[in-house]
Amino acid sequence: MTAPPDQSAATLANGPGSGTSTRLGLTEPLRLDCGVEFSDFPVAYQTYGQLNADKSNAVLICHALSLDQYVGNTHPDTGKPGWWEMVVGPGKLLDSNRYFIICVNILGGCMGTIGPKEINPDTGKPWGLEFPVITVADMVRAQALLLDHLEIEQLFCVIGGSLGGMQVLEWAALYPERVRTAVPIAAAPYHSAQNIAFHEVGRQAIMADPDWRGGNYLTEGTNPNRGLAIARMVAHITYLSEPALHNKFGRRLQDRDAVSFGFDADFQVESYLRHQGSTFVDRFDANSYLYITRAMDYFDLAERYGGVLAEAFLGSETRFCVISFTSDWLYPTSESRRIVHALNAAAANVSFAEIESDKGHDAFLLEEPEFWSVLAGFLDGARENFGLDFGNGA
Amino acid sequence: MDAAHQRANLRGDLQIVANMVEPGSRLLDVGCGDGALLDYLIHEKGVDGRGVELSMQGVNACVSHGLSVIQGDADTDLDDYPDGAFDYVVLSQTLQATRAPRDVLGNMLRIGRRAIVSFPNFGHWRVRVSLMFGGRMPVTNALPHHWFDSPNIHSCTIKDFIQLCAEMGIGIERSVALNHRGARRRIRSNVALANLAGEQAVFLLARAVPGENESI
Repeated sequence: MTAPPDQSAATLANGPGSGTSTRLGLTEPLRLDCGVEFSDFPVAYQTYGQLNADKSNAVLICHALSLDQYVGNTHPDTGKPGWWEMVVGPGKLLDSNRYFIICVNILGGCMGTIGPKEINPDTGKPWGLEFPVITVADMVRAQALLLDHLEIEQLFCVIGGSLGGMQVLEWAALYPERVRTAVPIAAAPYHSAQNIAFHEVGRQAIMADPDWRGGNYLTEGTNPNRGLAIARMVAHITYLSEPALHNKFGRRLQDRDAVSFGFDADFQVESYLRHQGSTFVDRFDANSYLYITRAMDYFDLAERYGGVLAEAFLGSETRFCVISFTSDWLYPTSESRRIVHALNAAAANVSFAEIESDKGHDAFLLEEPEFWSVLAGFLDGARENFGLDFGNGA
Repeated sequence: MDAAHQRANLRGDLQIVANMVEPGSRLLDVGCGDGALLDYLIHEKGVDGRGVELSMQGVNACVSHGLSVIQGDADTDLDDYPDGAFDYVVLSQTLQATRAPRDVLGNMLRIGRRAIVSFPNFGHWRVRVSLMFGGRMPVTNALPHHWFDSPNIHSCTIKDFIQLCAEMGIGIERSVALNHRGARRRIRSNVALANLAGEQAVFLLARAVPGENESI
């Protein structure tokens, strides 16, 4: 373990929900998989709780495609609760009285970290499509630079669902010595043809919108709202399940007693999707959506290891907890099982639980007591195993 | 779960299994149920223990109590583990419910240096009496299911099991039979009697090393 907290760590530990931004790549640039290098680039993140004296209580939460660093406090743009506020905060499962929790806006994102809507210093204009294509590994390397900046050598836990889970797997593969426990939730070791196919529909919807302007909408004063909304509508269907849609909407009509014999939103499910689409465009950048979905499509962890996934985890001393949900057809249990098989082949320490839920892929963001009890038990067991005591959270 | 209480009251056959395990070893418990044996071994013997369990409820209970357990099945999920990954691979009360017990045993001794297997003895006198005089498939303490709902598709007797080990060249290092009251008896002292009086059997097995097998 390293020396006691320095000034930078101390200034960060100023109460729950501190939001801040820093510039990284100052001494050494971030080398992206595509070959481009970023030096002196912004990274925005939130922290909750305080880093302890031996810096052993850091938890990194990796966010999913359409989320951001506002995991445990009110979102500044939408005014909605943090996306995992049920889990993150004082006295909660990820207890900020006990852990120092970090959530970083991913590379390519649109909430303060470098992404296509940020200004390209070479042109003085937003990057747009001149932004380099990034990968999940690039996102993780950027987060590792942030940890260097915070002088955190090792994380007690890296946790995330969906794209967040893919980042967790990359963390465990790229920096095994920095990760004591890894919790990939509702994730997969690669993006399947079906995953890529749905993303492609979303991207085509954005690029087909005349207001996209070849990606230059920010300089031309437009916004591809319709395209981005359709992308969100398609994606949102994949996050739910047939039973969840049926239970929530069935064939019920929206504010009317009979169908209109027109193309208005007759059905509640249509109205719901339109709402999801229209609220998304207020908080998300269309080009970010293109870049992040591309990064997910490119994700195939085994590729770097000669196609053998187990090689990614060979000799790992990380404790893994893989979690999937029965009704998740986007990243189904069979994909989590693939991860588990590879971890077994690498003789890694792994727990794997499939949670019964009808909520589809989104289950990891919703109230699922069994999921939470599995997660809490895993973290308690890991703390006990490592002989770590972060206090009782009181 | 009162963990300390449960550890002090480990089921009889599991206690025998636990006694066969060296402290501090690496162990995989296949069919670990609610994790009682794993919990005991980790806390009382400092074992680095992992588990595999078929039922989702069992897995989730184990992980919720801090145990490293995956959802899986003895027939299909042992293939992934590398050779010699564990000192012990335990299969308690599960062998008779596997599709291919011979392959499972082979896999256990591939990934573990030793295997510990416990199973209900189909040669127990109550089973024999039920068939011989009742003319019915036995329903006993150790075999509580009816023929139509039993998960036990490959039941065997102690003698059958010893025979299989001989055929597979597996060494038997220790073997214990328990009667219906839980009293223990070394099987090798009298196999025929153990096969009649033993309701359960527990075997400590090792990969065959020529000339070192215990003869029974």
